[in-house]
Amino acid sequence: MDQKFIMELTAIVGNANTLTDRESLACYKYDSTPGLESLPGAVVLPGSAEEMARVMVLCSGAGVSVTPRGSGTNLSGGSIAVAGGIVLQTSRLNSILEVDEENLTATVEPGVVTSALHREVEAKGLFYPPDPGSMNISTMGGNVAENSGGLRGLKYGVTADYVMGLKTILPSGELLKTGGKVVKDVAGYNLNQLLVSSEGTMGIFSEITVKLIPKPKTKKTMLVHFPVLEQAALTVSHIIAARIIPATLEFLDRVTIKCVEDYAHVGLPLDVDAVLLIEVDGHPAQVEDDAAAIRSICEKHKCSFFQTAATTEDALKLATARRVALSALARSRPTTILEDATVPRSCIAPMVKIIQETALKYDLTIGTFGHAGDGNLHPTCLTDERDKDEIARAHQAFAEIFDAAIAMGGTITGEHGVGLAKKKFLPRLVGEAGLKVMRGIKGAFDPKGILNPGKVF
Amino acid sequence: MDYLKMINCMRCGMCLPHCPTYRETFLETASPRGRVALMRKLEEGELDVSERLLEYLSLCLDCQACASACPCGVNAGEMVAEFRCDRKEEGGLSFMEEIILRRLLPHPDRLEASLRPVRLYQKSGLQKVVRTMGLLKLFPSALERMEGLLPGLPERPLRRTIGEVTEPEGEARGTIGFFLGCVMSLVFAEASYATVRLLSALGYRVITPKSQKCCGAPNVLASDRQGLLDAARFNVDLFSGYNLDFIVTDCGGCGSELKKYGCHLEGDERAAGFSAQIRDINEVLAERGEELQKRLKPLPLKVTWHDPCHIAHCQGIRQEPRKLLKLIPGLDYRELNEADACCGSAGTYNIQRPEMADKVLQRKVDNIRRTGADCLVTANPGCLIQLKKALAADAQPVRVAHITELLLESFMAK
Repeated sequence: MDQKFIMELTAIVGNANTLTDRESLACYKYDSTPGLESLPGAVVLPGSAEEMARVMVLCSGAGVSVTPRGSGTNLSGGSIAVAGGIVLQTSRLNSILEVDEENLTATVEPGVVTSALHREVEAKGLFYPPDPGSMNISTMGGNVAENSGGLRGLKYGVTADYVMGLKTILPSGELLKTGGKVVKDVAGYNLNQLLVSSEGTMGIFSEITVKLIPKPKTKKTMLVHFPVLEQAALTVSHIIAARIIPATLEFLDRVTIKCVEDYAHVGLPLDVDAVLLIEVDGHPAQVEDDAAAIRSICEKHKCSFFQTAATTEDALKLATARRVALSALARSRPTTILEDATVPRSCIAPMVKIIQETALKYDLTIGTFGHAGDGNLHPTCLTDERDKDEIARAHQAFAEIFDAAIAMGGTITGEHGVGLAKKKFLPRLVGEAGLKVMRGIKGAFDPKGILNPGKVF
Repeated sequence: MDYLKMINCMRCGMCLPHCPTYRETFLETASPRGRVALMRKLEEGELDVSERLLEYLSLCLDCQACASACPCGVNAGEMVAEFRCDRKEEGGLSFMEEIILRRLLPHPDRLEASLRPVRLYQKSGLQKVVRTMGLLKLFPSALERMEGLLPGLPERPLRRTIGEVTEPEGEARGTIGFFLGCVMSLVFAEASYATVRLLSALGYRVITPKSQKCCGAPNVLASDRQGLLDAARFNVDLFSGYNLDFIVTDCGGCGSELKKYGCHLEGDERAAGFSAQIRDINEVLAERGEELQKRLKPLPLKVTWHDPCHIAHCQGIRQEPRKLLKLIPGLDYRELNEADACCGSAGTYNIQRPEMADKVLQRKVDNIRRTGADCLVTANPGCLIQLKKALAADAQPVRVAHITELLLESFMAK
């Protein structure tokens, strides 16, 4: 990288916050996406929104690309500097600026870790529902840019449903303010929602205002075993049809169950097709009613086991089984390819069947778990990156799985984003018209194309 | 090093929020995920052994909080330690390391003799004079730091005062070995005395072999594999000469090292048997909780517990000490935020990397202060030294005690 440019970067963010040594850069080649790496020319960690804006102005002028990064837990290669340039890490901007108990909003800087916001607002009896699997380290900036989901998506929605206001630094260095603390706001285009899931290609957030809701008074966690997959799927549909919306309605398949049990020893059976983790929350009386109704639906569908957590500790243990699912799968082989194909809820059973058949066809181990309630599945392929043939087969299998998801009216990614990994599948989903509009929008925000180039389309 | 260990890291980042140095810096190179990446890229030839790479790796406290958090079973801390050992074998020991690790540590008599002048220095009033006059400024800063850290030494090390056999109170329920850690014996003799008293009160005949040697943990810190293996062989031989039900230690660092002898001396069945016999004092006492509880008397203290890395992360012992403290009547137990985060002592890290160690310590101290506790309890000499110094310094001193000291106090209370 040009020495003069580096000196100018250093002048903005300081020596300690500009990394250019090859050892440091080698550690910013990757995020959590398997098999993808690209070397940046420098890494900066700005300490303020103003520094961030100045870095953008500098890079725009010099035509250097900027790849935004939080904690680097992206699963679609979104924080990999595929075109070189600089990586801009937002971690130092990590203050929770305000929790407004009258307007029920929280305003945070982009580097705030999701679970830190959870703790802060929950201590005040409030609730910020989005809970992506990486919430203990993922940043709010990343969550908004990727529109992260999580276990509570079915009842509470995803990050997009909570973003009320954004301050965004555009590639030009200008500050774009969108939305705010008002619930109703129809002034002009809804740019807020356009920026949510922009995957760092339109601007970098400097402030995020999210909606909070009252913390549910109580919750009840249930674990149910089903010897037959279709019965588990029917149970999901029938719970919803009974006008019950659980906060969490999670699914683990046979392969996943075995891995979770090997790792976490939570007492899951190894001879069933599916396990559902169900959580209902709200007013105690309502929770009791819902839990009873769910129990009878599960029994009607021939569940082999139904457990309600008696204590908060038990509930945590049951939920842990689901939360460690990815990790548990990852233990069994060195390389883990995690996808997030999503289908309408009613198609869960056929989708899982297709995944299982595809795994068989390509001689792969694929464990599937995920958010059954909202159709967001995580087929997870367990491989070894040293086996090139196996990796190639895995990619072929996923191409077929995505096609199947699209054919069912679903999508190629429910919550991880397109980034680099899903780029080639996007045209199949949105068509030429979709791409054209997206390119136009990108051009309006980033005419020089310096921000996170090479991503999405 | 085993390449498979490196590619097992799936880079999920779950370790990042648990790593004390990442929390302070937000730098990927200061995170477990980054350290594994550095070693992997070195192995793959993308990077070579540079000063900077070694510097980045040496920032690791080896607290192994990352191992507790890792979903894939990768132990980045241990991998870094292993990496250092491999490097060391090529380079050899420095002059000072040779003296300390080979001439002093394996010989308890010499080790004890070497500390006599320090006690004299503390007791004679010389320490006061030196501190008042700021004379330590004349010496390298590491020496000043060490002088400041060292708590008052007991009159005599426990190894000198305790008998080889401590008979049980009442009928013997078993015969057990006591592994006396160097620092526990030399600096925290009272705590280890409390350990033996409690064990004897619970009906154990306690054998403390007098010729036992340092467990070898300091050798690991200095990446001296040979010294470690010598110590391991000696101690396995020594303890195998007795007929023991199990072997107990009240030092987290020793316990975690002794439990690894079986791995260190691969193929040696006696070593594996020795390791299988090692129990941390918290495990032993918690198992006898009911009996213990009957004899505990009220202590009106607000208490919190700090998980030593070597007990929580390396040995997986977390509930036992909490259970024990809650047995004490009248005691107000308060859970510590980030209780299992390293205190920054980390062997000799607080001497070698004072700047980072102080940041890590400050976070710990802030968390302890927030509990409002007037007594911090833990069970590892490194943490005791580090936290005694830090918590005494403030305007509102917090007492720091080994768990057996507090239990014995409750035991003896009126």
